[in-house]
Amino acid sequence: RDFNERCAQCSEVNWGLTDGGRFYCRSCHNVTERTREVVNTDFITNSRVQTISKGLGKQEKNDGGCEWYICEGFQLVLKKQAEALEALGVCPQMKDEILCNFWRCYLQKSKQAYCKRPAGETVKALSVCESSTDVDSDPERPSLLHLLSLSESEGDLQTDCSFASSVSKVSESTSVYSGSVDGSLYLMKNQKEKLRMTMPMTLSFCYMALLWLREPITLSELLRFVVEGHIPYLNVFQHFPEKMKLCGLDLRIFCVESWPVYEEVFNKMHELAAFLDLPRFPDITDSCFLHPDMLCMKYLMEANLPDELHNWTCRVVKKIGIGEVDFLTLMPGNKSTRKVKYDVLAAAVIVVVLKLLFLLDDHYEWLLSEFAEERNKSNTEGGPYFEFKKWYEMVKQSLDVKQKKLDEERAKSLWRCEKPLFYSVKNKSKVLKRRQMVVNLQNQFGKLSGSVRCAEKPNPSSFQLSWSEENTDGSCFHGHSLKGVLQEKCGLLTAMNPDYWLCTVKLCNEKLCGHLAHYREVEFPQSYHFILGLFSFLLRIQPSYIHDEVCMIEHKLFNKKLYKKLKYNTVLRK
Amino acid sequence: SSHEHKLNFRKSKEACLSYIQDALLQKQWKRAAEFLTCYVESLEKDYSREHIGPSEMIWRVGTEILWHHPQSSMKEFNCFMEQMKTLGVKRYLKVCLEHVFHLLCNGQIDEAYQNLSLAESWRFGEQTAIQDKEMKLIEAYRGLLDYYSWSKQKNILLENSEDGFSDLAVEQEMHGYFRKAAVNLKEIIKIPGVWDVFVKCYVDLLEFYGDHNEARQVLNEYAYNSKFPANPNAHVYLYQFLKRQGESKKSLISALKILHDIVPSHELMIDFNTMLQKSKKRKKRRLGLEVIFAALDYAGWKENAKAWSCLARQVKQIVISEKHLDWIKQEWNSRKDWWPAFHFSRYLAKRNWQENKSLSYEKALVAGILLGKGCKYFKYVSRQGCKAQLKRFRMLKRFVNRHNPVYLRISG
Repeated sequence: RDFNERCAQCSEVNWGLTDGGRFYCRSCHNVTERTREVVNTDFITNSRVQTISKGLGKQEKNDGGCEWYICEGFQLVLKKQAEALEALGVCPQMKDEILCNFWRCYLQKSKQAYCKRPAGETVKALSVCESSTDVDSDPERPSLLHLLSLSESEGDLQTDCSFASSVSKVSESTSVYSGSVDGSLYLMKNQKEKLRMTMPMTLSFCYMALLWLREPITLSELLRFVVEGHIPYLNVFQHFPEKMKLCGLDLRIFCVESWPVYEEVFNKMHELAAFLDLPRFPDITDSCFLHPDMLCMKYLMEANLPDELHNWTCRVVKKIGIGEVDFLTLMPGNKSTRKVKYDVLAAAVIVVVLKLLFLLDDHYEWLLSEFAEERNKSNTEGGPYFEFKKWYEMVKQSLDVKQKKLDEERAKSLWRCEKPLFYSVKNKSKVLKRRQMVVNLQNQFGKLSGSVRCAEKPNPSSFQLSWSEENTDGSCFHGHSLKGVLQEKCGLLTAMNPDYWLCTVKLCNEKLCGHLAHYREVEFPQSYHFILGLFSFLLRIQPSYIHDEVCMIEHKLFNKKLYKKLKYNTVLRK
Repeated sequence: SSHEHKLNFRKSKEACLSYIQDALLQKQWKRAAEFLTCYVESLEKDYSREHIGPSEMIWRVGTEILWHHPQSSMKEFNCFMEQMKTLGVKRYLKVCLEHVFHLLCNGQIDEAYQNLSLAESWRFGEQTAIQDKEMKLIEAYRGLLDYYSWSKQKNILLENSEDGFSDLAVEQEMHGYFRKAAVNLKEIIKIPGVWDVFVKCYVDLLEFYGDHNEARQVLNEYAYNSKFPANPNAHVYLYQFLKRQGESKKSLISALKILHDIVPSHELMIDFNTMLQKSKKRKKRRLGLEVIFAALDYAGWKENAKAWSCLARQVKQIVISEKHLDWIKQEWNSRKDWWPAFHFSRYLAKRNWQENKSLSYEKALVAGILLGKGCKYFKYVSRQGCKAQLKRFRMLKRFVNRHNPVYLRISG
């Protein structure tokens, strides 16, 4: 390419690029400190970074390890995740182009590679004394010891006493702190400025790429696949090559002890999109999977609700304008538009529609159900009318079974993996002994468990609950009619239910308290709780998130009436 | 926004543990094992801030499962215990001790002894001092097993001497066990606590070798030293010892007095009452009446013919002598509201008559005196008895009729 210097070792001009963006000589595998300068900041769609096996071209250390950087680790993680997604059916473009380019852009923007020498940072070993001249001597920068005592929400990786006490005795060798070259440096970086990479953020990258390509996977599905093990996340570092030794502070970066939370991944994704200065994402139109009309159809099916409800969801979507391209499409950096959670939004629309038609005040829906039951008994011609009661019983039964199973699986989930993790060499034998004991105990009690614990992961499926119309037992409600709850007025079908109750009269300020409304503090009808619980299970998120969206939709829907009658009513007549 | 609902390692293990506990409560050993298999990896995390760490949990839960699971064997159990011993040095002796208990329950005396000896020789820096109490217990139990061996040797010796043989070797061994046992047993009973089995064995040894003074001292300490927790058995042991020694009624009575205070329903109350009734001192006789009434307050004594006969005898004697009727009145005062339904219902009359004629006889006597000849219990039983032409019932009827005015004075 454009780098024409002669190699210092072999005098050849035959250069390639490592993953870290450094030049290496293809003849003798000598790695330089020079990095490739990027001329423009647009997407590099045609360049292909050649990967080399980690063993070559890197300085080999005594223990058979090599020098590696944290971002190389993350790159491997992303690669694995992208491969998994491809195996699930996502188009290969995601892995080969989109994700790749996003990542490179990130590396460049955060000055970890593809740019002039990273500001102020060298990759020399971090010496013990905090006032090292190599590192930016920022008095506010937390010391290593301070970092160790910080407790993030996860785990107790830092409470290993032997680790903390050994820091003060350690020499210049970085292998005690971290297997990576810049592990400690990485943790000490100021997070706010450069959007430091974390494990949950890898999922933000994935989701961002999926959104760009408008793939039919919602964020809740993505996270569910992660928990179910179809997408590497938990112990993904065990797939790092042998030579990339992981220990010490690396563990804090790569070992997770909790499952990623929707909000966290979602918010990070938006931060990332803005950070990378991405342009407007490809349009989400009404033929996209992520469009509320589409998602509503899917969720209605999964919730075993009548197909006819789809007309109503479409009407609501249209009325409040949440089906518009400009509303749905992501415009990074635009602070004024509300960020769209496609899956939660669709679920919330369904909830609102159910409230519109059935009121869900713990009385009316049962009343309607009784009428429908009467009608169904006496008139078996034509399709059955939808009976809320029957539907409730059916769905509740299935839901309870699934929920119980999910709870048990969560309790049985294994977090550790075969690859042993230790902070320092001192720690190693203790860790290995413990691991051995754990394996022994697992064998001993595993034999007494009776049923063989199936190592097979369940096949990934988009639908968690499925109902077949072919079943003659009447368990499927898709084809049921809403006639029992509708009436004709002026040639138009409207709900028989004249009332509606608002979840909240006034929306909170999201920026101040984090929520639009407060689900837990108010008592709502049991039916409402049930419906929220159903979607909470399907999307694997807290019901309060759905509740927030419901409030938002209601306020858009009843906008005019609200401003008129704000002081007097909480129950409105439509 | 806070993520307290976040599912993490700790929460997942907490949930796992509660599933294990539920399974244990319902005796679903397979299910408990299944979840324990998933729980054990918590050993790889640091829980030093928790009150009960995973290693202790695993020890306790695992012990239960392996002890009860149908497919588990003693071999597996022992293997598990050995692993648990290495897990927590602060718990080492406790684990050893519990292991020994299980071995004893399984009849593996020799293995238990080996384990105790091994544990006794354990030293671990300052832990040895900290776990001093457990060490004493271990020594005490080894002493107990030594006693058990001594006892076996003693029996062999006695058998042999009956046959005319004398075996010096056996005798020497026996004495050896005695010395070993005595040392350890003596140590543990110095510490305030409930040491029934150790005390009994130690006293047995002392008595055999004729050291009655020491035995008496030990038992007195055990019963009367206020530092020791109140223990009815201590008084029982003392009483039994004094009886064996042929002590005077006076000291026997004094030994049982506290027992009556602590456990008025104790089976020895019959002996107590019998002794007291016969006493020349009025106070003692009075106490005797109190004792027997108090014992019969308890449901467990309802059908005890001996107790009723004691009461009947004493009541009869008082009535005949016409002295101290006020004693009966005093005792009856707090009981007249509920004893009739409790002891003297018509239903009980029928049942007692059917099942145990002597019981019904004694009770009828008491009922007749306390409630008069009109009381249903007495009427039913005496009629049945007379119908069956049993002499003593005829005499009973006559007796009660004759002394009916007594009832009036008592109940007034």
